[in-house]
Amino acid sequence: MWEIYALAILMIVGSIVAVQTRYLLSAVISLAVVGLALCVAFLYLQAPDCAITQIVVEVIALVILIRATGIEKDLSEIKGRREIFALVSVIIFIVVFAAFAFRALSLLPEFGSPVMKVAKEYIEKGLEQTGSANLVTSVLLDFRAYDTLGEATVLFTSILGAIVVLREIGRKHR
Amino acid sequence: MSPLKQKEKGMTNIVKIVAKFVSPPIVLFGIYMVLHGHLTPGGGFPGGVIVASAFILLILAFGREMASQKLKLSTASTLESIGALIFLSLALIGIAAGGWFFFNFLPKGEPLRILSAGFIPLANIGIGLKVSGGIFAVFVTLIMFRITTGKGGR
Amino acid sequence: MVFFLSFVIFLIGLYCVITKKNLLKIVMGIVIMEYAVNFFLVLLGYRKAGVAPIVVEGARKANFVDPLPQAMVLTAIVISIATLAFIVAMCIRIYEKYHTFDVTEIRRLKG
Repeated sequence: MWEIYALAILMIVGSIVAVQTRYLLSAVISLAVVGLALCVAFLYLQAPDCAITQIVVEVIALVILIRATGIEKDLSEIKGRREIFALVSVIIFIVVFAAFAFRALSLLPEFGSPVMKVAKEYIEKGLEQTGSANLVTSVLLDFRAYDTLGEATVLFTSILGAIVVLREIGRKHR
Repeated sequence: MSPLKQKEKGMTNIVKIVAKFVSPPIVLFGIYMVLHGHLTPGGGFPGGVIVASAFILLILAFGREMASQKLKLSTASTLESIGALIFLSLALIGIAAGGWFFFNFLPKGEPLRILSAGFIPLANIGIGLKVSGGIFAVFVTLIMFRITTGKGGR
Repeated sequence: MVFFLSFVIFLIGLYCVITKKNLLKIVMGIVIMEYAVNFFLVLLGYRKAGVAPIVVEGARKANFVDPLPQAMVLTAIVISIATLAFIVAMCIRIYEKYHTFDVTEIRRLKG
């Protein structure tokens, strides 16, 4: 599966470019490259639902981010005092975190053979109990429909919050 | 004055004409993806975002004022609420019909046909309306905000 | 080994959130962290020589990959766009009030 390794390395390079570059528009475009590599990785991992959703949502996220970075003209990185102590402590923390994570991630089941205790039931009985050919949709809207209700609530609430924050006139000045 | 003739608002004429012709097939593709959610990859969520992106394309091509005249925020808000209410009422009917929340009360039918899988197509329609209305509403809100005093607000 | 690569992407996003001073760079760090977590979840469900979990005419019971992480990731991707819109709306409000995106300035000018 060398394709997935290559795409993961492309994502690492793209995200390093997005973090380090000075101009904000270039950072947004590198973020687009990371999202596109993620979509192709989803296709190689046999997840077409996630790939379609990822590419479509990423385009909307790009439009929103370009709207945000277009406010101040010709953005460049804000230069302040280089805080040496903060930088060194962050790097030490990240190295310690990575060491513990490497130990923990090597205890997971090997890549390519998941445990699948509950999913075996869903795969075997999915078609006859729900009638839908797409097993991911049957999980989302029949077996675990309560989680989809929770997600619809989160969507509604955060969009409501965004509209209320940017409201210009109050209700009295009509 | 028709939107094509307002030369100083929005993008050039070529972009306006192409956007006008390409938007209805995009809406049709989004509706196809919502309705066939139980047969092919996709479903309510990407289908709703695709429908919203067709209208976003229209606003980007024709300029900011079109959002206040033709594609209003209140319409998108109403659609979003209707979609959420459809999804919730399907869940509540399940209590009345079968005994538990989200009970699949419609007949299953034979697989791989479009009218199968119980209420899953109806739930997909509700989710599609909700997501498309919501994404379009938040985009119009971000666009219509003008930053007062000073530079910015493009 | 692939799991650790996805964790490296998460660490790059975390570094960006902690050390950068521009508010929009912090938002991009959050987006990178979300990409890394979705990648990790779908990696967990992959089966060797598996096919996508969609039943087609000829093959009723093929070697499907795990559909549960894919459903979770679909939910997570759509939620991430809503929270990104909310965060950007707040950033625009902050810019209107303070006329800068610098986090150190915003911390000093109170009220």
